[in-house]
Amino acid sequence: MKKKEPKLIAKSLPKSPTGIQGFDEITGGGLPTGRPTLICGGAGCGKTLFGMEFLVRGATMFDEPGVFMSFEETNEELIKNVASLGFDLENLIKNKKIVLDHVHVERSEIEETGEYDLEGLFIRLGYAIDTIGAKRVVLDTIESLFSGLPNQLILRAELRRLFHWLKDKGVTSIITGERGEGTLTRQGLEEYVSDCVIMLDHRVTAQTSTRRLRVVKYRGSMHGTNEYPFLIDESGFSVLPVTSLGLDHIVSNKRISSGITLLDKMLEGKGYYRGSTVLVSGTAGVGKTSVAAHFAEAACKRGERVLYFCFEESPNQFMRNMLSIGINLEPWMRKGLLQFQATRPTFYGLEMHLAVTHKIVNIFKPDIVILDPINTFVVGDKEFEVKTMLMRIVDFLKSKQITALFTSLTSGESALENSDVGISSLIDTWLLLRDIELNGERNRGMYVLKSRGMANSNQIREFILTDHGVELRGVYVGASGVLTGSARIAQEALENAEVLTRKQDIERKKREIERKRKALEAQITTLHADFESEESEAVKMIETEQEFIKRLAQDKIEMAVSRKSEIKDVKNKKLKNK
Amino acid sequence: MKQKKENPDKINTKEKSSTREEDKWILRLYVAGQTPKAITAFKNLKKICEEKLEGRFSIEIIDLLVNPQLGVEDQILALPTLVRKLPVPVRKIIGDLSNTERVLVGLDLLPVS
Repeated sequence: MKKKEPKLIAKSLPKSPTGIQGFDEITGGGLPTGRPTLICGGAGCGKTLFGMEFLVRGATMFDEPGVFMSFEETNEELIKNVASLGFDLENLIKNKKIVLDHVHVERSEIEETGEYDLEGLFIRLGYAIDTIGAKRVVLDTIESLFSGLPNQLILRAELRRLFHWLKDKGVTSIITGERGEGTLTRQGLEEYVSDCVIMLDHRVTAQTSTRRLRVVKYRGSMHGTNEYPFLIDESGFSVLPVTSLGLDHIVSNKRISSGITLLDKMLEGKGYYRGSTVLVSGTAGVGKTSVAAHFAEAACKRGERVLYFCFEESPNQFMRNMLSIGINLEPWMRKGLLQFQATRPTFYGLEMHLAVTHKIVNIFKPDIVILDPINTFVVGDKEFEVKTMLMRIVDFLKSKQITALFTSLTSGESALENSDVGISSLIDTWLLLRDIELNGERNRGMYVLKSRGMANSNQIREFILTDHGVELRGVYVGASGVLTGSARIAQEALENAEVLTRKQDIERKKREIERKRKALEAQITTLHADFESEESEAVKMIETEQEFIKRLAQDKIEMAVSRKSEIKDVKNKKLKNK
Repeated sequence: MKQKKENPDKINTKEKSSTREEDKWILRLYVAGQTPKAITAFKNLKKICEEKLEGRFSIEIIDLLVNPQLGVEDQILALPTLVRKLPVPVRKIIGDLSNTERVLVGLDLLPVS
């Protein structure tokens, strides 16, 4: 487990880091060094484990050996119990990093006579501390002494002395105590240990339990005051400081594709903003998960990491179903780019879900997180809690610049915009899928209800699931309403026919013109021919006429010759003309 | 853990009548240094034993300041503690043993009145 650098808020008080995930952050560095801390809580809330993890982390991560003095469990039991959390106590004991000491007090074996003190316990603890040079001590649960030793006056005085003595020894100690009625601990240990009190809680609401931790008091230090959910799993304790998140996350201007080309086009042609929160809501069977799967696939293709929380389907079922629309996610899962996390929402409480989400996100470090669907969280009348939880998830993911896609099922009766868990205000891009019933058909439509920071399309698109994924088509909006499905296809056919007719018309017209041109040309040719024949005729006539005139002149001369009169004159004239 | 809850009356009568001679009492007194309480306890113990168990007892004094690890075996918390190792069952009496009657009860040397 990686240790996060604890942010030190106050410098005044030296603190010992616990190494418990998240806890050092809410306490600003850990437990007060050299002082006792009281951990109280009901049965089974993790007190012993907290103490044990404090010691084990101290020994392994901070080189601070520790003593665990158990008043309840025997050493063997303890070793076995914490082995399930990956703590190798036996090895630590062998390497003198940890000493386990089981103190057994049996009421029936003890008879009190006169004055006594608990010096034996002191010596024993002191001896254990000195043998390994312990810096940390856990007393679990010292209240057992109250049932073992009848004289409370002595016991209380001795406990007071013990805590002082621990302080003098300079060891950082944890004292656990069972929670009492109206008090933090059954025997009022908080009177003696007042530097730091931490309360663990295990609450059950609506049949699901959530562990919570609260720093009740921390003398001389700032600390988070909220109740923080925490987790005990195979890697130990982790506390989630989640409620303190504010609205100051970095925003990105980068856009990422939704995986559906036409949807990208509806969103300015670029897709979602990176780090934004997308909600896909709609009634049952409208293809919300398909939209999510597209997004996941597109992200994987870009080489990004996707974390997919399935709350309704098992990963295998999900992948099989997505294959039917041509999305094969299996290779991405094998490559490690895609990780599924399938749990029923009722498996554990909301806080636990939050905690698990945090944990997995921190480990997997995804670029995209998909929660499918979110409204299964709403069991009974818990809308407020669900909203807070989702708000935390949204804030958390935003702070990490992770793009989140939620799907949400809207029931038929309620308004579509009433997004079930009332998280609409948290959402940046909201896609609404709805079915459109028309002509005895049920078709899917999709539109962008809102998309912060972009000029999104206001069109309703028909949403079609094909064997190669989701397709969006423009829908026909006419007098009879929105046309989808076969009505749309009919309309399309109608339009196609019209277009064809027009085309044919144009063709016909073109042919007509051609024909006319040809006719005209033919006419022109005829006219030309006519003209040519006329012209040649005219030329002939002119020639004939000229011949005639010539002949007439000739005749005149010949006539004059025959008369022999003024022949000379004629001859002269003739010569002159020449 | 050996822990028998038998009627002390029964045991006492039995011990007194039949097995008294074979009884060898081993007592251990845990202390931490020569504190007034420790000294008082030892004095009281010696007195009681000499009165009730003359010659049949041995007292071992363990100073936890010298041998702190010895306290673990008998689960010593309070000091001074008197541990009856034999006869079984193991009994523990804490305090300075000033209340003789309770000591006797604790050691099964006296029937509860």
